[in-house]
Formats: sequence, C-alpha cells, structure tokens
Amino acid sequence: MSTTTIDGTRGRIDWTKPVLWLFAASLIVLILMPLSWLAIYSVTDKSNHLTLSNFVKLFTDPDFLDPLVTTAIIAITSAAICCAVAAPMGWLVSRTDMPGRQFIRALVTASFVTPPFLGAVAWELLAAPNSGLLNQLFRFVSGAEADEHLFNIYSLGGIIFVISCYTFPFVFVLVANALDNMPGELEDASAILGGRAWTTARRVTIPLALPALIAGALIAFLQAMTLFGSPAILALPAGFHTMTTKIWSLFQYPPKLELAAAAAVPLLILTIILLQAQKFILGRRGYSVVGGKYGASRRVEMKKWRWAALAFCLVVLLNPVFLPYFALLNAAFSPNATTLVTPSTMTLHNVVFVFTELSSTQLALKNTVILGTATATIGTVLALVISYVTTRRVVTGSRVLGFLATAPVAVPGIVLGVGLFLSYTRPPFVLYGTLWILLVAFLTINLPSAYQQLQAAFATIHPELEDASRILGATRLQSLRQITAPLLRTGVIATWCFIFIGVMRELSAAIVLFTSQTKVISVLIYDLNESGDLAAISVLGIAMLVITFTVVLAVNRIPMFGANAGARLRN
Amino acid sequence: MKRQGFSRRGILKGSTALALGGVFASVARAEAPPAVAITPGLIEAARREAKVVFYSSMDLPVGEKLGKAFEAQYPGVAVQIERSGSERLFQRVAQEFASNIHAADVINSSDASHFIPWKKSGWLAPFVSDDIAKYFPAEYRDPDGMFATTRIWLSSIAYNTNLVKPEDAPRSFADLLDPRWAGKMVKGHPAYSGTIMTATFQMVRELGWEYFEKLARQRVMQVQSSTDPPKKLSLGERAVMADGNEYGVVLLKEAGQPVEPVYPTEGTPTISGPSGIFASAPHPNAARLFQAWLHTRETQQFFIDFTAQYSVHVQVKSKPGRRKISDIKLMKEDAAGVEQMADEIKTRYARLFRV
Repeated sequence: MSTTTIDGTRGRIDWTKPVLWLFAASLIVLILMPLSWLAIYSVTDKSNHLTLSNFVKLFTDPDFLDPLVTTAIIAITSAAICCAVAAPMGWLVSRTDMPGRQFIRALVTASFVTPPFLGAVAWELLAAPNSGLLNQLFRFVSGAEADEHLFNIYSLGGIIFVISCYTFPFVFVLVANALDNMPGELEDASAILGGRAWTTARRVTIPLALPALIAGALIAFLQAMTLFGSPAILALPAGFHTMTTKIWSLFQYPPKLELAAAAAVPLLILTIILLQAQKFILGRRGYSVVGGKYGASRRVEMKKWRWAALAFCLVVLLNPVFLPYFALLNAAFSPNATTLVTPSTMTLHNVVFVFTELSSTQLALKNTVILGTATATIGTVLALVISYVTTRRVVTGSRVLGFLATAPVAVPGIVLGVGLFLSYTRPPFVLYGTLWILLVAFLTINLPSAYQQLQAAFATIHPELEDASRILGATRLQSLRQITAPLLRTGVIATWCFIFIGVMRELSAAIVLFTSQTKVISVLIYDLNESGDLAAISVLGIAMLVITFTVVLAVNRIPMFGANAGARLRN
Repeated sequence: MKRQGFSRRGILKGSTALALGGVFASVARAEAPPAVAITPGLIEAARREAKVVFYSSMDLPVGEKLGKAFEAQYPGVAVQIERSGSERLFQRVAQEFASNIHAADVINSSDASHFIPWKKSGWLAPFVSDDIAKYFPAEYRDPDGMFATTRIWLSSIAYNTNLVKPEDAPRSFADLLDPRWAGKMVKGHPAYSGTIMTATFQMVRELGWEYFEKLARQRVMQVQSSTDPPKKLSLGERAVMADGNEYGVVLLKEAGQPVEPVYPTEGTPTISGPSGIFASAPHPNAARLFQAWLHTRETQQFFIDFTAQYSVHVQVKSKPGRRKISDIKLMKEDAAGVEQMADEIKTRYARLFRV
C-alpha cells in the first residue's frame, strides 16, 4: 500500500478511490447477479420451493446423461488433438529456422478470427457425406458409388475435428509464447555438452514447455466443452446433443429454465476446478523459467527438413483456413452451394440477395458493429482500470477485484446467457430486448482475457515513473493519463482488437439473449442455417470476416496508438 | 418472481368450445369487426409509421420476395421479416411478451394451433379486410376476426432424381421404412418447425407412433426447419425427403434442380398458415395495411404463382401446369388437436430420434 501514501496534491480531492469503488461495485453486480440467479433457479421448482429434483433428473435421465458423456468425449479428444498439432507447430514457429514463420503465425490468427459456427458451416460444405466438396472429389477420383464417402462431418468424429480446428490456436499461442520467452542458454548448454538437436529438444525444450502445453490442454478442454457454435450446426444432423445444445433446447417452448440452470452447474463447477488446476501448473511454470530472459534464443537449424516442416504447418492450416475459406467463397458465388463455380456459372445472386433482399442484414450488421466497438472500448477501459488497481494495489481488496475480473472465464457463454436472461428480464434491471443486455454479456465474456493482457502490460511498467509524476504535483488520474497511458498503447490496442474479435465470434450467449430488433450477425447466420440457406451464410460470413480484418487493421493504423499491435496480436 | 405464463394444455382445459373437425369452424360465436378496405387514409397512416415487422416461418427467399412486393406497392413502408421455425417463433413471442417486449406487428405461423392460446390471452387485435370478409370461406377465418388463413401448403415426400430412379422412388410413408432407405433420408424437426409439428400430428393420428418408432431406426438425417429438407435434397446430400415443404420441392424443380415431389398414398399432411395482428403492434396501421394486402386477390395469386403454395381466396386461379390441390389426397387438419398434443409430440419425438 506504499503508493497510496504519496499525495502531492494538497487541497484537491483525489477522485480515484470513489471511481475505483464504483468499478468494483459494478463488477460485482455484473458477475455475481447472473450467477446467483442461476444458483437459485437450479435449486427451485416451478412453484418456488427448494428442491434438488432438477439435479436428480440431470444425473438419472438418459436425455441428460448422454449429452454429458458426449461432451466429455468431445472435450478430451479435442484437447488431445489440439496439443498434438499445436505443440510441434508452436515449436517450429518459435524455435527453428523454418521458413515463413510470421506467415504461419498470421494464418493461425486467421483461424482464431474465424467464428467456430462459420467454420462448422464451411465444413458442412466440404465434408457433408454426399454433397460435400471433398467427398465429391473423392468419388470423382476413385470412381466410387454415389453413397460412398470419405468424410462424414455429421458425426462425433466430425464435430471433434471441427472443434479442434478452431480451438488449437489457443494452445498454439500459449506454447509459442512460452517458447519465445524461454532462455536460449539452456539449450546452448545442452548443445555444447554434445546433445544433438533431438536430444536437446527432448531433454530441455519439451520439459520447459510442458507446463504451457498442459495449461493449453486445459484451455482447449474448456473451450471444447463449452463451445456452442460448432455443435449447434452439426450435432442435430448427427443425431445427438452436447451439453450446450441440450441447455439451449431447454429454452424451447415450454421453457424449462430450472433445468437449464441446473444443467449449467456441472459445466460451471468443472470449469472452476480445471482453472484451479491450471493456476497450479502455471505457477510452477513461473518457477521453472525464473531468472527471466538470458538473451535472444538460438534457433534450431532444420537443414533439409525446413521445407518439410513448413509443409506440415501448411497441411495443418488447410483445415481451419484454406479449405473452409475456399468452400465459403465457392458457395457465395455458386448457384448451388456445393457445386464448383466455373466462370460461366458464377453468379452474384447470393450477394444481391443478402445485401438487398434479406431484410435483417442491415440491422444485424449495424448491431454487431455497434456492439463490437462499444464492448471493445468499454471493456478495454474496464480492464485497464482493474489491472492498474491490481498491479499498483491502489485500494485495499484489489486482489478481490482481480479475481472478479477473472471469474467470468469460468462461466461458459451459454450458461452466462441463461444467467443474464434470468437477471435482466425482471426489475430493477429490465435490459432484455435492448442492446444493453448483449453489451453486458459480451463485456463479461471478454473481460478475463482483456484483464490478463493488460495486467501483463502494466507489470512491465515500473511504478516509479508514476510516482515521479505524482511527486511533481499531478493527481493520480493525471499521471495515469500523461505517463502510463502512452506507455501502454500497444497493449491497449491489442486488447481492443481481441475483444472486438471476441464479439464477432460470440454466439452462445447471444442466441439466448437476442430479440428481433437486437439481432447480431452470428444469430442471423444461425437462423439461416436452420433453414439451410448455406449460400447466404457464406456471403454473410465473408462479409463478417472482411469487417473484422478491416477494423483490426484500421485500429492498428491509428497513428497515436503506435503500429506494433498487430505483431502483438499475432502472438 | 415471474415464472412461465400460460401452458398450452392448461389453457385448453375447460375450454369445450373447441370442437375437433373443421379448422376454426366452431370457436365461440362472436362479432367480427366490420370489414376494412385499403383506403388512402390507411396507406398514409402506415407510411407515417414507416415500417412493419413480420414474424413468419416462410422460406426466406419466398418471404423476402413477398416483402419486396409490398414495399414496391407501398413505398415508404419497409418490411422487416423475422424468419424462424414457427415453434421457435412461438417460444420467442412468449418470451418477449413475458418481458413486455412488443416488437412484432403481424405474425404468420405454420402451426395454426398457436392462434388458440394467443387469442385466449387477448394478444391478437381484431381486423377483417374486405377480401377476407368477402372471399375467404368461413372455416378459414376466425369468427371474431382475429386471424385468417393466409396460405395452405403440404408436407410431402420427395426424392432426388439423380440418386433415385422414378420406378424405385417411394410412394408411401410405409415405403420409407424399407431398409433400402436407411441412412438416405432427411427430415425436419417438430420442436423447431410448425409445419413438421402439424404434419407429425396428422401422421401420428393416421399411422400411429409405431410409424415414427420404425422411422427413427432408419438413421434419418435430422434438420430443423421444414424449408431445409428440399434444399438438402437438391444438393444431393440425401436421396429422399421424409417430410418438408412440398412448395420448396416444386420451386426447386421448376428452377431445374433434380427433385421430384411424391404425394404419399396414405395422404399428404396439410398445413394452413394463418396470419393475425398483435394487439400490441408497434406499427398498428402498417400492420393493418400489410394484413389487408396479404389477403388481397393479387397477393394470394402471388402465393400461388411465385411460391407454389395454395390459397383459399375464392377468386384466385391455380397456375397451369401445376398439380391441383383437389387432385391430391390430403390428411385432415385439426388445429385444436395439435394444440392438445404439441408437448407430447415434442417429448416423444425427442426420445425416439434422440435429438
């Protein structure tokens, strides 16, 4: 608490504390209220009596047990696949002289920017058993019968595959960052002592990266478990439910909100347990690289394997990026979503339909851009203030504030959606039907990662700069604005973009909270999928990606913000 | 704490006025409001409101074409179409009304039974246009003037002509249970689609639940909306459509796609889609104009010519070259019956098909 004693601004009121308390209070309302309603609903029946019957039904009824088991299988398998693919890629990009490393990082970012539900639709176009482009190609090449197929995306394996495609970037980023920060001397020592490249990797690099890999596996597990977008598109035709699609189906008429709340609880508890485990593991990782950076790490020379390594990365990236984008582009300009476009059959009909006939397009685009910008701006400010408070320990209980800001990470989107719906459809806060409830949802969902990014950025700026400013007579807010803010520009930009992308990707909470006037693009795409309008989805999806990339690039070009954010985002 | 509003079945209990049989024929006697013509005054009032929000389950390209036709006739009044499966729309209307959100002006549901609870709850506004009063048979309009049947269509079988030879094609629902169709069919879902809900009710009545028990073992590809199976069929994703919009199949066939409808020998499930105005409509005049326009001879003819559906407007003519509805063996409609069985259908269906 030493910094709070410095007060060179005699006679002027320091507004910092009231402002901070206000932030803390709103954070508590934001996060605790939906979770409390969820808890209350899960243990009450329709006539408001206390009961455990919701949980009994949940754990005895095969209608709920099956999705629970399916979800567990999906989460474990996806996490394993993500690690098996992302770890070698992270190592290649971070520690070797493989060509095109920045290019690969950019492509991984592209797969991160692609919403999982859009990826799922693209993979429908590619690998639906009969009409999928890849299966058509297979039959064309092999001369197989009309019913034979190579891939079936409408299956458990298909869903695991699509989920892995859009979850592996999380593991990749963690592993690549850990390897980026790893001191090269340890590997050098191994090399000097006669260890060959592979021995060094096995004895030094892998053990040092293992904690990050395990943390990545946990994140991937959580993502796969709580993802709604991909299963929402693929699980119904495949003939089963996952927990998230089951929770959503409980909103069908007559809605069973009690059961939805109860079904959300296991997801919530499991997430909390796993995050604790991750914290434990990440704590150990901090220990293992104590001593910080020794200097630039040396890259492993791949020699003749360089191009093979690049080929491996590109083959992996076929799945989340090249093939799906190709399928979407093809469908957007094709008269029939899964027929290959030729110059003579190419049509603008789908584009014309989406932008001139489809009456919800404009509204959804407008809502999405408004929500994306507002959430990113408010979220960045919120995360900035909280990370300032927690890193500088401005007020007592700042750690609680930090915990609160991280807590939503334990709340799957659809669970949060249910909680927010229960909270904001009754007085005193009737927000349902307005963009505000979506803003609150998107803020809550994106706050943890925004907070963590900015906290890391704050940690690199020594408080003595601020102290100097305050000794010279500035208030806390003045020194923040004049000293700290400029130093944080890069981090702020990256966080803003991160939240904006998060809003574009979000479907799970929005599907519970939207109304006809507050539709966003993700929901519109979901609705179009319901009626099988795949070409319209492709056009909208491409428009959505173009908007995302344009906004991210434009924000990075704003002169006052500096130009390094793009690189940071890619990391 | 505010919990769920009404339950469909609860509302029906004690209501003896609803007889089985005719669609809405025997709802309690009451006075419909006097018929209203489309007057310059109404058009002007609608123009001041500038917008009408139309909740509908109509296939999107068809619905948007309809909206554009209205906008062309009445410039200055934009149509916003909220398309979703009728069972989803029903749930959303309940959810929105419970939260005091009133965004919808006019609703067209493909599950006619939805209008029973809406009317009971006083959510609908009485409105009868000139055309409805003069040209719509009594069994296709509410005696209190709360709604009228805007369109009629069928849920049929169909097949992809590239994948199935005409002589091999199924002719009846019973044919679909043949092992040769296992893994080759696509169908809609009654918890999302009002069309499929209505069709499932009629098929359970005619064929029994045993039919669905056997069908569920055929590894059917399950999609949500009844507008989707015709599209999956034309992509060649599945060879046979077990249920779905017949008009979608007809339109795709006319556009040159390799699809062919089949009218099953047991009879084809028939769906009527009524429209009504919500009493809480945020654009009441635009809503009246839209509802009146929807039931004019011209618009009803549009439904026939451009959407391949059917109309009960006595003045419209069927399109030459298309099969007449009178030549098709139909299953009988029963909105009150659907109303009573909807929850059971959703539950049993979910258990059988596991989704």
